[in-house]
Amino acid sequence: MSTATLTSQASAAASTQSAEGEFNDKLRRKARFRRRFGLFGTYAALIIITVIMVFPLLVVIFVSFTPNAITETWPPKLIPSAFTLSNYTSLFQRLPIAREMLNTLVFAGAVTIISVFFDSLAAYGLSRIEFKGRGVILNILIATMMIPAMALLIPVYKLLANMGLVNSYWGIIIPRMADVGGIFLLRQFFVSIPKDLDAAARIDGAGEFRIFLQIILPNAVPAILTVGMFNLMGNWNDLLWPLIMTSKPETRTITAGLAMLTGHGSSVTPYGVVMAGALVSALPLVIVFFFIQKRFVEGIAMTGMK
Amino acid sequence: MAKKHSKRSSGALSIEENKKALSRHNFFLGMIFVGPALIVLAIFVFYPAIKTFITSLTSDRIIRPGRFVGFDNYVKLFTNADFWTDVKNTLIYAVLYAPLVVIVALFFALLLNRKDLKFVGFFRSAMFLPFVISMTVASIAWDFILSPSLGLVPYWVGKLTGVMHMDLLGSTSTAMITIVLITVWKNFGYFMVIFLAGLQGISQELYEAAALDGVNWWQKFRYITVPALRPTFNYIIIFGLIGSFQVFDQVFIMTSGGPDRATETIVYRIYTEAFGNGKLGYASALSYVLLIMTLIVGLAQLLSNAKHEREELA
Repeated sequence: MSTATLTSQASAAASTQSAEGEFNDKLRRKARFRRRFGLFGTYAALIIITVIMVFPLLVVIFVSFTPNAITETWPPKLIPSAFTLSNYTSLFQRLPIAREMLNTLVFAGAVTIISVFFDSLAAYGLSRIEFKGRGVILNILIATMMIPAMALLIPVYKLLANMGLVNSYWGIIIPRMADVGGIFLLRQFFVSIPKDLDAAARIDGAGEFRIFLQIILPNAVPAILTVGMFNLMGNWNDLLWPLIMTSKPETRTITAGLAMLTGHGSSVTPYGVVMAGALVSALPLVIVFFFIQKRFVEGIAMTGMK
Repeated sequence: MAKKHSKRSSGALSIEENKKALSRHNFFLGMIFVGPALIVLAIFVFYPAIKTFITSLTSDRIIRPGRFVGFDNYVKLFTNADFWTDVKNTLIYAVLYAPLVVIVALFFALLLNRKDLKFVGFFRSAMFLPFVISMTVASIAWDFILSPSLGLVPYWVGKLTGVMHMDLLGSTSTAMITIVLITVWKNFGYFMVIFLAGLQGISQELYEAAALDGVNWWQKFRYITVPALRPTFNYIIIFGLIGSFQVFDQVFIMTSGGPDRATETIVYRIYTEAFGNGKLGYASALSYVLLIMTLIVGLAQLLSNAKHEREELA
C-alpha cells in the first residue's frame, strides 16, 4: 500500500509538471515495477504458506486411504500408489470410535449450550443491572482470568471423584458450565448495544428477562457465535481433561481416544487407522467452521480490541 | 428501573426506604443473572485455587489421604534437578513461542492487508484451518511427517542434503524448537486474524500524510502501525505467554517429555506425578509453582501496560 500511494503521487506530479515529464516517467515506471514485484512476492509468500498449512492435513487424508503395507515402506511417497477403505472399516469395527464421537458430541455440545447461556446471563447482569458488589465481582473475574486451569485439576478431580462423577457425562460437563473469557467477551459486546433499545422495551413493560431474551441476545449473535465456537472447539479438542476424567470408552471423547492410540508406545494401531480416526475427529469442526467462518472471524477480531 | 421508582414513590414509602428497596431489588435481580456462572466458578475455580495450596502442604496420594507435611513438598521440588529442568523447559518454550507466533502472525497479516490482493478469504481460511483442528490431530500428523523411518520431511531432507533419517523430535537439541514451530504453525492464524482487524482499523490518512513527508516503510511501520496495534500486542503476548505455560498435548502425543526430559514441561510433570504416580500433594506443589509463575507474568504485563498508558498521557 505504501507503493500504491507513491505511484499516485508520482502520477499526480507527472500530470502537473510536464517539464519534468521524462524524470517522472522514470519514477512512475519504477514505482509500478516495485508494486508489481511486491505483489508478486506477496502472492509467492502466501502460496508457500498455504502449502505448508495444508500439507500435513493432506498427508493425514492420503495415509488414511492408503494400505498400511505401502505407508510403512521406505521411501515414503506423498501421493500413494494404492487406495483402500480398510482403515475406516477397521476403525469403526475394532475401536469404539462411534461411541467416542457420540460422547464428544454430548460433552462439547452440552458444555457449549449451557456455558453460552450462563455466560450471557452473567454478562447481562454485569453490563445492564446496577447492583451492589458488581465492581467487586468484575475484579474477581479479571483476577480469575490469570489462573491457569491446569493448576486446578487435582482438587477438581478429587471433588468429582468424591461425588462419584468420574467416568460420567456430568463429571466432565459440570465444571465447564461457565467460563470467564466468555463472560468478558459477551459483556464487552453487550455494553456496545445502545441502552435506548432496552429503555424503549421497559416503557412497554418488559422485564429484565424479556429484555435479555428479546433485545440483547438477538443483537449479540456474532458474539454468541464466537463464544459458542470457542467453547465447541476448546472442549471438542481438549485432551488433558477427558484424559483424566474418563478411563472407559463409555464416556471417553474422541480426542482422548486418539491419544490412547498413539501416545506412550502403543504402536499396535496401524498409521492408516490412526489417521482415519484423526480425520473423522476433525471433520465435524472443520465443517462447522466453514459454515460460520465469516461471523466467527469477525467475532475473533473483537477479542483483540480492548 | 426509573418507572418502578416513580410508581413506588407515589405510595407511602419514604425516599430512603424506597432507595433501600430498590437496591435490594437490584441486588436480587443481579444475582439471578450472575449467580449461575458465579456458583460454577466458585466451586470449580475459586475453591480449587485455595484447595490446591492446602493439598500441596500434605502427603496426599490418589489412593489414600496423607498427613500435613508443611512445606516439605516445596523443599523436595526446589532441591530436585528434574524440577528445574521442567521450569527451564517451560520458560524456553514460552520465550520462543510467544515472540515467534507474534512475528509470523503480524507478517502474514501485513501481507493480507494489501488493498490490491485477491483471494484474501482463501488465504485467510488456509492459515486459520489448523487452529480449528485439535492439537492432538496436528501432533499425530506432524509426528508422522517427521518420523525418521517413515516421514516425508526426513526423506526430502536426505535427498537434498545427504543427511539421512533426520530425527527432529528425537534429538535433545531440536525436539523443543520443533514442538514450538509446530505450535506456531497451528495457532498463528488465530492471532493473524486479530492483527488483520487491528490493521484495518488504522486510518489510511495517517499513511498518506506520512508518504507526503517522505517517510520510509520502516518508519511507517515503527511509528504508525506498531503504536496502533499496541492493544493487540498486549492481548496476544499475555495470552500467548499464559497459554504457553500450560503446554501439554503436543508433549504428550509427540515426545512424552523426552528425549532425556528435553521436552518435559511443568504441566506434563503435574500430569505424570498426579495421575501416573498418584502423588497428589507433590503435584499440587508443582501446580502452585505454575500458578505463581502465571500470576507474575500477568501482573508484570498489567503493570507495564499501566506504565505505557501513563507515558502516553504525559
